[in-house]
Amino acid sequence: MLNDYILTAIIFLPAVGALVVAFLPRQGRVIQGFTLLVTLITFILSLHLPAHFDYARHGFQFEENRPWISSPAIRYHLGVDGLSLWLVLLATFLAPIGVLVSWRAIETRTKEFYFLFLLQQTAMIGIFVALDLFLYYGFWELSLVPMAILIAMFGPNRGRQAALKFFLYTFLPSALFLVAILWLYAKTNTFDFVQLQNLLTSGTAFSPQALWWVSLAFLVAFAVKVPVFPLHGWLSDTIHEAPTAMAMVVAGKLGLYSIFRFNLGLFPAQSRAIAPVMIVLAVVGLLYGALVALAQTDMKRLVAWSILSNLSFCTLGIFCFAIAGLDGAVFQTLNEGLTGGALLVLVSLLYERYGTYDMSLYGGLAAKLPMLATLFVITSLALIGLPLFNGFVGEFLVLSGSFQVHPGWIAAATSGVILSASYMLWMVQRIFYGKQSSLIVNRPAFDLNIREHITLWPMAVLMLVMGLLSPYWIKGIQSSVMQFSSGITRSSVIAPQPSRVSYVVGEVSATRGPSSHKKPSRGAQ
Amino acid sequence: MNDALRILPEIILTLAGILVMVADALMGKSSSRKPLGWLAVLGTLAALAASFWQYQLPAGTAYYGVVQTDAFSVFFHVLIAGIVLASLLIVLDAVTPQTEGLGELFALMLFGAVGMMLMSSAVELLLVFVALEISSISTYIMAGYRRKSAKGPESALKYFLLGSFATSFFLYGIALVFGATGTTRIDAIAAKIAESNTPASLLYVGLAMIVIGLGFKVSAAPFHVWTPDVYEGAPSPVVALMSTAPKAAAFAVLLRIVYGAMPQLRADWVPILWWLAVISMTVGNLGALRQRNVKRMLAYSSIAHAGYLLVAFTALSAEGVAAASFYAVSYAAMNVGIFAIVSHVGGYDDQLTLIDDYRGLAYRSPLLGGAMAFFLISLIGIPFTGGFFGKFYAFAAALHSGMVWLTIIGLINSGIAAFYYLRVVAALYSNPAEAAPVLAIPKPSLPLLLAILITAAATLILGIVPGSVLSAARGAAGVFTSVSNPLPTDPGPPATTASR
Repeated sequence: MLNDYILTAIIFLPAVGALVVAFLPRQGRVIQGFTLLVTLITFILSLHLPAHFDYARHGFQFEENRPWISSPAIRYHLGVDGLSLWLVLLATFLAPIGVLVSWRAIETRTKEFYFLFLLQQTAMIGIFVALDLFLYYGFWELSLVPMAILIAMFGPNRGRQAALKFFLYTFLPSALFLVAILWLYAKTNTFDFVQLQNLLTSGTAFSPQALWWVSLAFLVAFAVKVPVFPLHGWLSDTIHEAPTAMAMVVAGKLGLYSIFRFNLGLFPAQSRAIAPVMIVLAVVGLLYGALVALAQTDMKRLVAWSILSNLSFCTLGIFCFAIAGLDGAVFQTLNEGLTGGALLVLVSLLYERYGTYDMSLYGGLAAKLPMLATLFVITSLALIGLPLFNGFVGEFLVLSGSFQVHPGWIAAATSGVILSASYMLWMVQRIFYGKQSSLIVNRPAFDLNIREHITLWPMAVLMLVMGLLSPYWIKGIQSSVMQFSSGITRSSVIAPQPSRVSYVVGEVSATRGPSSHKKPSRGAQ
Repeated sequence: MNDALRILPEIILTLAGILVMVADALMGKSSSRKPLGWLAVLGTLAALAASFWQYQLPAGTAYYGVVQTDAFSVFFHVLIAGIVLASLLIVLDAVTPQTEGLGELFALMLFGAVGMMLMSSAVELLLVFVALEISSISTYIMAGYRRKSAKGPESALKYFLLGSFATSFFLYGIALVFGATGTTRIDAIAAKIAESNTPASLLYVGLAMIVIGLGFKVSAAPFHVWTPDVYEGAPSPVVALMSTAPKAAAFAVLLRIVYGAMPQLRADWVPILWWLAVISMTVGNLGALRQRNVKRMLAYSSIAHAGYLLVAFTALSAEGVAAASFYAVSYAAMNVGIFAIVSHVGGYDDQLTLIDDYRGLAYRSPLLGGAMAFFLISLIGIPFTGGFFGKFYAFAAALHSGMVWLTIIGLINSGIAAFYYLRVVAALYSNPAEAAPVLAIPKPSLPLLLAILITAAATLILGIVPGSVLSAARGAAGVFTSVSNPLPTDPGPPATTASR
């Protein structure tokens, strides 16, 4: 019974909460408390999903499929598979943390903040579970509005500009994305993901050239949201200006999930064809983000650039099309949401205490704030990919899975790992060690209070648990990644030495013998 | 008697208008005219009910076949009555008892509505012309209603001069069509064109002139130049009415003429409308980008929206007609809604119309700010609002007919449009500038709340359950048999062939 409505409940509980928030009084912390309650209930409800998820089964579970609008045939179709399962959990897990982070940081206009916060939550979960392209697009666009308004409202310096930049960067490509969706509908008369997948992967009724453009429209819209290298212009400003609770969720998972679901799911051949380009962009983004992060003095911007660098890692994992790489990419997406989020929280705690993001003003903080320092170091190590932590699993899977395919590019990407260690450790060193700066000496030291402990420890523990018990996550991911990759070319995924990314897709699995694998990698150059 | 039932809403509105005028004359000089507004509201409600009632009439003509009641006319009757109702409420909120000539304003709004309703049901071009004049002359006067400010008369004069010029184009077009076909009845024109294999060239000139005349009325570029000035000068509540209802009526006429009378000439008028759509969208959006005055910005945006609506027109299918009708409804809901707020914030004298004046509105009045943000988001076309489905159906219909380029141009335009709407949203939710004069915004009155409620509810319902309105729009589109059974030999305009 619950299985039939669980997804609807998870999506719309925050929206209902938002409506209630609109009528709550502004006094005290009523609104915060209520929002926390709503997000916690949502999280607990969402725990139902992994508990009752059938890992042995392929395809979508907890499905709901009802007609919504008869013509055009839009259906209210929801469902999760191993790919979206953990992303939903991540979103619901980060929501109460977002509330706790904002508890003191947002003191004015709380009603507006939490109203939009909850609306954003609905939109994000909706993105992960919508299986009707139209419904998906609805949630996708809806997710922009609360984010943009919140940035405009709470951006400390240039909130309005950052909000516009964020909105336009995402909205413009999604206009073309809508054209692509409408085109698909005009050709197939359905928005349903499953039906489209069957039609597109089996059908020959589409002209390859048109499909190519359609898949490109999808990819660009998602790549902006990730962001992939040359489309990252909005990221730094957005993260800098957005309230922490929003900055934690703005990048990464939405775009990467969508690439997985739609580009790999609907356009496997086109995705493979464009893979060489994407790999190059990913590696460039990885190194570029890391190098720019090294040059930052503002720690929030440093985190923003490190997020770009880490997300490029996920993109790399996706487009190498090795199964371990795909697993790793999904896992790394989760990691990035978790560790990137934790890092933003930590940085915001420092800002709340000392009123600046400028690292040069800090120094020797470890002696004064030992707990904060401990958590900061844990998070940094997880982000760098130290063994035992979640980051290690993800990076290892991506690198090892993809190495055989594109050794040259992966070698370059590995140097990104070194760079990430450099900038993270350097940041830790500049903030927490060395001589105590005048800023630190002159201010009274407040180490973490109970609320902040409650905010941070679940994330820190989860980083460790995800590192130690990664198979628990991977088995769910694997079930859906297998299904995706079977839609790609079977040989390339399962064979130990995958065939090269080919411009002519479709006949690859049939014609390529083992000997042809020794050809130099065309795709990589 | 039976004939009279077919124009029942028009009759009710006329009677209500006369009643308002007479009562206005009988009332004391100093007594408040607001009760007259409520009287007008009652009359409009009755007309709305009568329009709904007309749905159960079998489709048919009256008065020797000059007026036709069918799903199409009733659809637009309901829409126009709804717009007038909301606009009356906005006027009631904006005016003070001292406002000059208030009784006449209410009467003019009702008379204008009579003209607009007749436009949507007339099937005889001369009656269309008369109806157009009734509607236009009322709006000319209303545009200049703020006699004391310089902008009022300027607005009225500009509107009047250009408007009458356009009307004469329209009339001349009718004359030429008559010359070519020997009739001014829409169905007879269609029959005549179908008979002759090679239509007279007079007909083409006539069609072009009609399109120009109506293009002016719907403010499609390049016939749009009057729009920003007139909107800026006219009182905001009046703009709420005249930016939506006369346009909807003019679109209804255009639909009747091109789809009803000249479906055979589609190869000729589709490219024209294609270009009108592209130019309107582009000019409107690029123009709006530069505006600092909210009313002027909304004027340019209305040009762009006329373009989106024309996109649906060119789709040449029942779906396209339905999409156009649906778009008219959703645009009316959000635009009247936003002008309700603009009118309240600026007051009858339009003191605050710059975007900067709106900074922090959402903090001073969460209701007004939130509602305005909602309407702006709908104008952008974010899902779960009426504006989204309006665009969605329009572009889906165009794409279904193979107009890929038109769709792409349109959606890129809607991306550009997001910028200037969002600038206002961001202003609503940002801190007011230090130096900004903080003029007190009066508390929203009951009529305003009603107007916002009606429009916001309509926008939301259209965005979540568009089904019922869409099926009504489909019913309306079903009137045009020419598009429900398209001719197999469709040469296709150059635009569609380019869209490969």
